[in-house]
Amino acid sequence: MTSTVTSGDALAPPAASPLKRRRGGRNGSRAGRTVRLVLAIIVSAIVFFPLYWMVVIAFSPRGEVFQPGGVRLWPSTFSVENFESVFARFPVAEWFVNSVVIGIFVTVLTVAVNLLAGYAFARIPFAGRNILFLLALSTMMIPVQAIMVAQFRLVVDLQIYGTYWSVILPGAAAAFGIFLARQFFLAIPQELIEAAQIDGAGPVRTFVRIVLPLSKPLIAVLTLLTLLGSWNDFAWPLIALKDNALFTLPIGLLFLKGQSTPDYSASMALALVSVLPMVILFLAFQRYFIQGFARSGIR
Amino acid sequence: MTTAAVRDRAGVPASGRRRAARRRDTLTGYAFVAPNMLLMGLFLFVPIAFAIQLSLQDTQGFGDPEWIGLGNYARMAADPIFWQSLGNTLVFTAITVPIELAGGLALAVLLNSGLPASGVFRTLIVLPLVISGVASGMIAVTIFSQGSGIINKALVSLGLSPVAWQSDGTAAFVSVMITAIWLRIGFNMVIYLAGLQSISPELYEAARIDNANRWQLFRYITVPLVGPSTFFLLIMNVIASFQVFDVVFVMTGGGPGYATSVLGTYAYRNGFQIREQGYGAAIGVVILVITLIFTYVQWRASRTRDLVE
Repeated sequence: MTSTVTSGDALAPPAASPLKRRRGGRNGSRAGRTVRLVLAIIVSAIVFFPLYWMVVIAFSPRGEVFQPGGVRLWPSTFSVENFESVFARFPVAEWFVNSVVIGIFVTVLTVAVNLLAGYAFARIPFAGRNILFLLALSTMMIPVQAIMVAQFRLVVDLQIYGTYWSVILPGAAAAFGIFLARQFFLAIPQELIEAAQIDGAGPVRTFVRIVLPLSKPLIAVLTLLTLLGSWNDFAWPLIALKDNALFTLPIGLLFLKGQSTPDYSASMALALVSVLPMVILFLAFQRYFIQGFARSGIR
Repeated sequence: MTTAAVRDRAGVPASGRRRAARRRDTLTGYAFVAPNMLLMGLFLFVPIAFAIQLSLQDTQGFGDPEWIGLGNYARMAADPIFWQSLGNTLVFTAITVPIELAGGLALAVLLNSGLPASGVFRTLIVLPLVISGVASGMIAVTIFSQGSGIINKALVSLGLSPVAWQSDGTAAFVSVMITAIWLRIGFNMVIYLAGLQSISPELYEAARIDNANRWQLFRYITVPLVGPSTFFLLIMNVIASFQVFDVVFVMTGGGPGYATSVLGTYAYRNGFQIREQGYGAAIGVVILVITLIFTYVQWRASRTRDLVE
């Protein structure tokens, strides 16, 4: 959990002469500090409770928490039968693999094309650059509902309806990463790029040999955010995938709910399977995640 | 440039060389942006043009479309469910966005005030951000379930009457909004935390010397100086609210009746459930137009816009 601590520090206010100031503040408001601490504990507990509850239901004996009667905040016995049930009745392993495959393809493709475009928008002066950049920016306003029918017809016409590609290719048509990339590349010293050019490196070579090795934080942020978006995407895969065995986890989860008698215990087991990879990724890389989100706001 | 001139052994005039370099830059630039532009052109711009065309047609699935001009839009104007969905979308936006903004800022200030273990609190509050809309909706269903959800169980065991989360329209709408706020508030907090970081502590120090109290510090220093974050978050939250789909679709499917129907779910319903694709596309175009108008107005109206870009 060291990462938690460091990233907490990273977002703390700059500590110029902190001792004096803090002590001054503390003397005035020890009670206020306690109130704030209690408040923080209550709010975090409320926000965290639904996730805790998902875990409780997933590991409770089947249907236990839904039986009439009082509130039970933890399983009477720790049980994995919900997982056994959901894996036995549905192709969960396939759904998982589908999510992973689609996630990897979307992410690799998106990050690659966004890095290239972001670099050109930041560093290569070409005619029509501003208008193209504006055009890319405008795509972030397009809601999936506005184009879903048309996109559906398109993937049918392209004969990729119901395949991985019908999710992967539209998924990679994203502009969000261009902005992060452009902003990051703008901060790379011009001298470095000029030096490479003077040494005879062409733009591709400069990009691959000089710029990319400096861009690891950017690539990490882009990868995490794109993977997260793809993993959790729902509306479009729901439209583009028809075959039960090709579903991603969110679609599978919905499929479970649509059964004639919804089995919420099994649903929570599947929900846990579907959110756990991203939670682990988040905990491991939360510094990058949070910087990525924060930077996307501040530019 | 001097280096280039010296190296120019062929003796081509410098201006010609510069023009050649510019041409090379342009070619390289287009080569670099081409893959992205191709994907966006094919899967975003072509569909938009197609969506506008579809919205002018009457089409059910794969039959021959019939041109009906603005017929779908006329139908929309006379469709009470469309108006209800639009109204619900506006109410949803008007209630969730201020709570997300104010709550996000409050949490950011709270966690920025030098509390012990604030990193842990922050992690817990941001965590819902990585949960999919479907999983959140499913979890919310188990919590708000009318018969067996934990909230109603708790209410009953406290001797109170349970809430009709599924059969009462208002209660259903409230449960959807709570879930949406739960999902998004961490994002607002993170952006505000980053915004707070950019405020110089000396400002607070100076104001304290002038005997400003805690509220005045917040009102006259914090709030104005996180303006760029507020502007960004306002746009992001409003756009997300206007396009809300996952949570509503999973939790209520727009029901009971059309009590929680929003533009996103109504467009989906028409486009894919009852196969009125032209009408569904028209509703989508309306969502797009409203989004663009709002963003444009905000952009023009915002005094902090130059700080953002």
